[in-house]
Amino acid sequence: MLHYLMRRLGGAIPTLFIIIAGTFFLMRLAPGGPFARERKVPPEVEANLLKAYHLDEPLWQQFLRYLNGLLHGDFGPSFKYKDFSVAELIFGGFPVSLQLGAIAIFLALVIGLTLGIWAALRQNTSADYAAMSVSMVGIAVPNFVIAPILTLLIGMQLQLLPVGGWGHTSNYVLPVIALCLPQIAAIARLTRASMIEVLSSNFVRTARAKGLPARVTITRHAIRAAILPVVSYLGPAVANIITGSVVVEQIFSIPGIGRYFVQGSLNRDYTLVMGVTVFYGALIILCNLIADLLYGVLDPKVRYD
Amino acid sequence: MAVADISAGTLQEVQGRSLWADARHRFLRNKAAVTSLIIFCLIVAACFLAPHLGLRAPDDINWDLESWGPPNLELGYLLGTDANNRDLFVRTLYGGQVSLLVGFTATLVSLVIGVIWGATAGFIGGRIDGLMMRIVDILYSIPFIFFVIMLTVVFGRFITLIYIAIGAVSWLDMARIVRGQTLSIRRREFIEAAEASGVSKWRIITRHIIPNCLGPVVVYVTLTVPNVILTESFISFLGMGVQEPDSSWGTLVSEAAVVMEIAPWAIIGTGGILAVTLLCLNFIGDGMRDALDPKDR
Repeated sequence: MLHYLMRRLGGAIPTLFIIIAGTFFLMRLAPGGPFARERKVPPEVEANLLKAYHLDEPLWQQFLRYLNGLLHGDFGPSFKYKDFSVAELIFGGFPVSLQLGAIAIFLALVIGLTLGIWAALRQNTSADYAAMSVSMVGIAVPNFVIAPILTLLIGMQLQLLPVGGWGHTSNYVLPVIALCLPQIAAIARLTRASMIEVLSSNFVRTARAKGLPARVTITRHAIRAAILPVVSYLGPAVANIITGSVVVEQIFSIPGIGRYFVQGSLNRDYTLVMGVTVFYGALIILCNLIADLLYGVLDPKVRYD
Repeated sequence: MAVADISAGTLQEVQGRSLWADARHRFLRNKAAVTSLIIFCLIVAACFLAPHLGLRAPDDINWDLESWGPPNLELGYLLGTDANNRDLFVRTLYGGQVSLLVGFTATLVSLVIGVIWGATAGFIGGRIDGLMMRIVDILYSIPFIFFVIMLTVVFGRFITLIYIAIGAVSWLDMARIVRGQTLSIRRREFIEAAEASGVSKWRIITRHIIPNCLGPVVVYVTLTVPNVILTESFISFLGMGVQEPDSSWGTLVSEAAVVMEIAPWAIIGTGGILAVTLLCLNFIGDGMRDALDPKDR
């Protein structure tokens, strides 16, 4: 187990390195440096500025410096928010994004699994078709369409919930719904398919033949096996939630990382954009690793050696 | 009947149904998929034939109307007007051209890269296969949407760049599918049988391996198109994709979302057309899978 963990962590390093190198060199390719302004500054001042930000060093040295900074949690200064470093912006917004994402993924799992199992047990009935058609809508309709329509309907027409802002519990409801609906749909479809397959497998037939009550067969044997594809979907699901949060935070004006990313992109705040990309890349790698470990715990066929 | 024919001495060749005829038959029985196909074809036709339908031009400004005006059937404004008093419905059709083109082009890019990558890895096998698939694994963990956005930040907002970037990031699944398929087919008995009976390698590839890969590839292509359209709309929605005077469904939804309080029909109309298109494509893809992958039936 420990050996496997070490190997996986070792495998994550090249991935992370590619992400960091990719972002760093793209940043250097960007036309116009951080201090290219309309009014020319005197050459001495410019030289001093470049020196202060170590931009006068050879590229490889700057890259090593950037790597070293990342190891210490330093993502460099933000070009646009002059008083903040990128790390301050990222770690300031992260708790908000994390809360939102964690609630969304938890709800997506609970509701998606329930819906999928429920539909699988009623395979090819009208209830099953209805559940799967609804989840198809959840997959197909983008969350940047769902979110405004939710706001319009629940926030403005019915006046039930606030449409924006942050801080109060009621502020969470609409963004969380917008964020988790597509994942509920995806998980429900995945669960249904794998549950149907498991229900026709030999070990479930054996359990039934032994005379186990249907409820015990399903909860003890079938679900445990049927849940595996969902566990391996967790990594992509987290990535999707993160991507979704970019647009959801923008729509509901939530002060999370996603919103900084959008603002940074529109403001051409290169360092901020790069920092968020590296940060989320590392997060996705971590989530994939956790999902794989969880898979091993749940699937007795997997041995880490 | 066959027995009767044989006994009559007029041995007729039994009309075999090919995989594709079989699949077509199954697909046509799937009501959701067929309906979706018809609706999707209508949407595509409306978007690309818009210049010939006698509609107003997408940049035709009507100063007599208010901006974000309500739908006006008398004057033929089905979705009302946009911020600059232009016909929103016509703009949605023209925006559809961009979105659909991105969908098809980027899918084509991902198809070419994915098939070549996957087939090469599957055929060569061994260490090269391991290396190529390791690269795919690494690329899987990269948050690509962030990279696409970063590319548009760094290089400006060329639409061609968006086509290529989205296509270049969506080939990973395709490569895995094609490789898996190639590997499993190569070891099957009917390939051995073909080899044993002296069929040439080229003929085995064209006659057996490619047709057997094609099913999953076609299914995956139909499911890639809506994903790509969604990605492009997502980027455009955030204001980093298509720029004025061009528009795509993403930019239109984004503009409409801002004014939804005063013009709710705009977001419902533009978002609705986008959602219906994506829904149809997903149903078509699902129908294709059921039709071409008999295992899941």
